[in-house]
Amino acid sequence: MQDRDLHPVLSVKGLNVRFGRNSLAAVSNVSFDVGRERVGIVGESGSGKSTTGRAIMRLLPPIAGVTAERMDLDGVSLLDRTERQMGTLRGKDIALIMQDPRYSLNPVLTVGKQIAEAARLHMGLRGGKARDAAQAMLERVRISDPERVMALYPHQISGGMGQRVMIAMMLLARPKLVIADEPTSALDVSVRRDVLTLLDELVRENNSGLLLISHDIRMVAAFCERIIVMYSGRIVETLTRLEDAQHPYTRGLMSALPDPHNPVRRLAVLDRAKLDLETSR
Amino acid sequence: MSDAIHADVTVRPPNMISRVATSLRQAGGKLAQEPLGLIGFIILGLLCLIAIFAPLLAPYDPNVQVLSDALQPPSLAHPAGTDEFGRDILSRLIFGTRITIQTVLSISVIVGPIGLLIGVVAGFFGGRVDALLMRATDIVLSFPSLILALAFAAALGAGLNTAIIAISLTAWPPIARLARAEALVVRNTDYVAAARLYGASRLRILLFYIAPMCIPSVIVRLTLNMAGIILTAASLGFLGLGAQPPAPEWGAMISNGRKYMLDFWWVAVMPGIAILLASLAFNIVGDTLRDILDPRHARS
Amino acid sequence: MISVRDLDVVFTSGKTENHVVRRVSFDVGKGETLGIVGESGCGKSTVLRCLSGMEKGWSGDIGLAGKAVGKIRTRDELRHAQMVFQDPYGSLHPRHRIGTALAEPLRAMGHGDVWTKVEKALRQVGLPPAFANRYPHELSGGQRQRVAIARALILSPPILLLDEPTSALDVSIQAEVLNLLADQRDERFLTYVLVSHDLAVIAHMCDRVLIMKGGVFVDELTKADLQAGITHDAYTRELFEASFL
Repeated sequence: MQDRDLHPVLSVKGLNVRFGRNSLAAVSNVSFDVGRERVGIVGESGSGKSTTGRAIMRLLPPIAGVTAERMDLDGVSLLDRTERQMGTLRGKDIALIMQDPRYSLNPVLTVGKQIAEAARLHMGLRGGKARDAAQAMLERVRISDPERVMALYPHQISGGMGQRVMIAMMLLARPKLVIADEPTSALDVSVRRDVLTLLDELVRENNSGLLLISHDIRMVAAFCERIIVMYSGRIVETLTRLEDAQHPYTRGLMSALPDPHNPVRRLAVLDRAKLDLETSR
Repeated sequence: MSDAIHADVTVRPPNMISRVATSLRQAGGKLAQEPLGLIGFIILGLLCLIAIFAPLLAPYDPNVQVLSDALQPPSLAHPAGTDEFGRDILSRLIFGTRITIQTVLSISVIVGPIGLLIGVVAGFFGGRVDALLMRATDIVLSFPSLILALAFAAALGAGLNTAIIAISLTAWPPIARLARAEALVVRNTDYVAAARLYGASRLRILLFYIAPMCIPSVIVRLTLNMAGIILTAASLGFLGLGAQPPAPEWGAMISNGRKYMLDFWWVAVMPGIAILLASLAFNIVGDTLRDILDPRHARS
Repeated sequence: MISVRDLDVVFTSGKTENHVVRRVSFDVGKGETLGIVGESGCGKSTVLRCLSGMEKGWSGDIGLAGKAVGKIRTRDELRHAQMVFQDPYGSLHPRHRIGTALAEPLRAMGHGDVWTKVEKALRQVGLPPAFANRYPHELSGGQRQRVAIARALILSPPILLLDEPTSALDVSIQAEVLNLLADQRDERFLTYVLVSHDLAVIAHMCDRVLIMKGGVFVDELTKADLQAGITHDAYTRELFEASFL
């Protein structure tokens, strides 16, 4: 039990991702650790946050050149794994929850079949036992009437339910690390909180680490213990509370957000030229 | 006053010539990255040049019969051999390129605009107009082009123009269907909705907003169809319904060569190779055009 | 400026009927910014589409600039209200240059002096006139949305209908676009109807907010209410909490 806590779940040092012969790196010298905690990566489009998540799972297209000093999952290096070995890790030790269940669920398989497939692949269960595990997982993600939902196709369920199905599929094998890339952006506002709470619960239950990637800084601040802010492929700041923000980008981002409790006539706008100068130093 | 002139200079779009030049340059850039496509375009270009300069390129007159030289195998004097009348096959192939290119161009020029118009009108207006036009399209689609060509030949007399008309009459439905499918998608976009909101007339929306979005797929489809058209024209020529003898139409040449195939293979095979090369070139070019014109299909 | 009485929209597909908007009524005064907030499927976008003339299957009464308008709008009636769409990538024709896209409304309405007006429009939204010769794919999302705003304003409509204008934009770009919208509104004394699912954006821009659920308005809040966090309905409270506000 003790040596489980010896290594952080994920340890990344000096990660660089460059697409083709592009002179600009999509991800530049990114280093961070994720323990058995909830860490959020916040950034706008082009910040490199999604690319970082996919680089860890080695899901980037071949044209992406990924280099890192260190990329360890629970103390074991991911960098020298073969594609085959990565395949066994994905879904079992690392899970990725993506943005839109309309596109991440297989449209021609029923919900039950897809979750059972995860049970078969990662837990070695067969036939009836796989179905039972799938149904139990659906109950665990608080879907009422799981037996009926098992027989439905992805286009027949709502977005919120689809994301719960995705979570069920991905967390069935109790992965050590869960990477969630904009898991609630495609959902209705009222459903977002429930889905996140559920994810949070399951991650705590499995004693895993959660890497939450999002552009919604308020949501990440509300749910994560640590917040990593990315801009232009680099990490500009790591925070535990939004109020402690020091870096001009983070502060600029927060004053650009409209806040009903602090109404302003004009929202503050980022001074990009100055920022680009500062971050490239 | 100077403000208006200044506005004209910076804001007015450049004239047609420079626009065409820029698009060609961009297309050329993309083409440079597709070696196979480049080869296809080069072959096509060569075919066009051969068609234009046929009298200068052909070593012999294609129609002169030299019976003493009949059925000679390929040699230095006759690289493709001679046929049963002693005519040089290579020269006939070269002149035959004219017939092929002429057929393909005529049919495309007829079929393209008609198919585009019908498809875009059907897709844009929907409802009864769509139903009417599509049922008409279905009816025409079910006609086998060869049988129709036979009927036409019987009515109008066999010849190249008859063949062109016959093939055109049955080749437009797939283009119409394609244009309609694209128009259906474009009709629901925000930019068309915005156009309706600022009072653009339906005709303008049809011609200036919807049709331009359908043209790339139509061009690609036409190019890919050309290979099939060449084969259909060759089949008609084979049946004696296309260009009449002594015209050196490739299909007719194969038909003639049929009788001599066992002992004098080159009479039928040489035109066959020509048809193969032309069809292949058109297929490759069509594929490449799709990559250049439609970013959705491009290989990454 | 805008008056709506008993607006009702039912979508039928085959045998199923979807009662999307259920007899709603509201008014918008001149120079006022009204927000309609709700989740997907509540009917807010449909209401906007009815106002603009895009949706023709409605019943009830709609009045723009004091005159009643019907399902099919005349060219004059279209001048009253223009729309800014949500998706900056979809609202500009991919094959038209920016200058052409801005000139089209002027051409359609028969205005002259097109290029001077196009240049002025670009400057007003903070874009250099040289952008007129660019294509939409050469612009960023924020720049495209500025062009969309310029296009909506080029006919000088008194009313602007905004359908989630910043939902697809990054926070920092959103701030720029919202500032632009506020500036234009104040300069030209425009009337806005802003539809969004983002309470914070609505609270920032609007004088009054209608909360919509299941085709009806369940709550109405003033700017002061929003600031103080006062709500009159449980659903409004839910929305507030879900937005981490």
